[in-house]
Amino acid sequence: MTNLDLTKPTAELAAQGTPLLEVDDLRVEFRTRSGVVKAVNGVSYSLGAGETLAILGESGSGKSVSAQAIMGILETPPAVISGGGIWFQGRNVLEMSAEDQRRIRGPGISMIFQDALSSLNPVYSVGFQIGEMFRAHRGMSRKAARAKAVELMDRVRIPAAARRVDDYPHQFSGGMRQRVMIAMAIALDPRILIADEPTTALDVTVQAQVMDLLKDLQQETGMGLILITHDLGVVNEVADDVAVMYAGEIVERGTVDDVFSRPSHPYTDGLMSSVPQVEAKGGRLRPIVGQPPNLADIPSGCPFHPRCSHRRLGAEAAPGRECSTDVPPLRLVVPGREAACHYSEEVLGVRAP
Amino acid sequence: MGRYVARRLLLTIPVLLGASFLIFAMVYALPGDPIRALGGDRPLSPAVIAELRERFHLNDPLYVQYWEYVKGLFQGDLGTDFRGRPVLDTIERTLPVTVKLALVAIVFEAVIGLVAGVLAGIRRNSFFDNLVLVSTTLVVSIPILVLAFFAQLLFGLRLQWFPIAGTNEGLYSYLLPGLVLASGSLAYVARLTRTSLAENLRADYVRTARAKGLPNRTVIVRHTLRNSLIPVVTYIGADIGTLLGGAIVTETVFNLPGIGREVFNSIRSQEGAVVVGIVTLMVFFFIFFNLVVDVLYAVLDPRIRYD
Repeated sequence: MTNLDLTKPTAELAAQGTPLLEVDDLRVEFRTRSGVVKAVNGVSYSLGAGETLAILGESGSGKSVSAQAIMGILETPPAVISGGGIWFQGRNVLEMSAEDQRRIRGPGISMIFQDALSSLNPVYSVGFQIGEMFRAHRGMSRKAARAKAVELMDRVRIPAAARRVDDYPHQFSGGMRQRVMIAMAIALDPRILIADEPTTALDVTVQAQVMDLLKDLQQETGMGLILITHDLGVVNEVADDVAVMYAGEIVERGTVDDVFSRPSHPYTDGLMSSVPQVEAKGGRLRPIVGQPPNLADIPSGCPFHPRCSHRRLGAEAAPGRECSTDVPPLRLVVPGREAACHYSEEVLGVRAP
Repeated sequence: MGRYVARRLLLTIPVLLGASFLIFAMVYALPGDPIRALGGDRPLSPAVIAELRERFHLNDPLYVQYWEYVKGLFQGDLGTDFRGRPVLDTIERTLPVTVKLALVAIVFEAVIGLVAGVLAGIRRNSFFDNLVLVSTTLVVSIPILVLAFFAQLLFGLRLQWFPIAGTNEGLYSYLLPGLVLASGSLAYVARLTRTSLAENLRADYVRTARAKGLPNRTVIVRHTLRNSLIPVVTYIGADIGTLLGGAIVTETVFNLPGIGREVFNSIRSQEGAVVVGIVTLMVFFFIFFNLVVDVLYAVLDPRIRYD
């Protein structure tokens, strides 16, 4: 039996200020026949009640894999959690029994996915799928669970919820389907909601509605929100803090305002310059040259160095800070800002220490 | 749904007419004279032959013969064989045997095929999975004729577990031929279930089910098996139609007096009316069970709607 108390409303915890989730040096590998793919290479972060952390990165940067590791839904094999720890409310999830981990999924941590159509089971009604949360975790009857499902569908603002509860996923529009996913995820008042690219499959106006809904629900319940995305606009609107991932590592971390206005890692800097700006209309965008790294063969030293415009190789590098051999640790650059770059001060435009 | 079924049923009429005509034409085109064959070693007198030819319209052209046949059909008369026995009686006598054989085969196919497929699909690359892969490949690649004789030899003659042929021991006599008849489909069902299950286990909604914290059993049974079984159930359904019509080899080898063996014997003795009647019935079974499958499909998968 787990001695975790998941019955108290999440809102009560929000005031205490202790972190709900701490991820420490998490490492995930995929061991396949063709070699070991290092998807997550030492990721650490923490999240408190009511906080929103955005994890930003391109495809293959390890952002989804780290989230799935936290949820305990990685397919093992081929995935292996090869190091680090995940503490949920002070207990190491990785040391729990499978059954205890299962009990956390839903009332403790829950998750919504990118493609709501394929993420919902096509052969069960949405009401049934939402109601399953109450049946599996609270032992409710089918009828009571269905009534709860209607309530939740109302709460995520699905029109005519009572009439639509027995409809199937394919009968809903994309935005409504994502609301169904959200209803399911918040059903048991989770401590933490992980949203993995929740709006990527939706068109822009619907995106805004879904993000607003998530934000409102977070305010009502005080849950912690981890938002995984590659959409800089979404991060800017919703998140407090942002962690930028590259090649399975966090390369920069800080408040969204700081990181976005003055990046201190060349990769973040490159991301910002590749975003169209209204002020710079007519000018050319500056893309990041090259390709994301092959995770089965990550470059030595700083994984970003082959694409970096600030890199210093050989003799031009400072001692111990050669970009192709010395791995840059994630370090404090200025108060409230961490980056994994030997020359962050230069990128930031402040004098080196 | 009702309208869809009605339309499909109406469509079977031209299909059955077309099928029966094709079979009729093929029997007509067979070389040899069925009337002469009736007498065996002792030739019939020319007068008798002439009379019989007249009675069965054998001197008329094909379209006239077929027209006479269809006229009979609409009066519920399937005609008689050359010995004067109504074809309907023959069907009534032989069909129960075939139905029993098909039922036994379907049970084998569904139970063994599904269980093997599910276990193999859940534990991919395990010893059991490989066993299923190898044994199904073996079964599929051996012709049913060889398999039937082999089973007869091993289980009937050597081990004497089952009767070698005939229906003297009731339902028990059907077990061995049923297994032989089912073997090919059984292997296919196991393979189909395995692949479908393995594919569905990787589906996004199964990941969702795990993320919801559902117990493993619920994830497998409710969210993986149900979806995986849709193609399997429809295959088994359609296979009932095939098994009811396709047991010619099995029934002949095991000497079961069903419609398959009857049709085989009738082809040899050129009993046109019997062949046409029975084969048309086989076609009807096939069409009917395919319709049942299509209706079932809509019940199993809410995304499919007719109308």
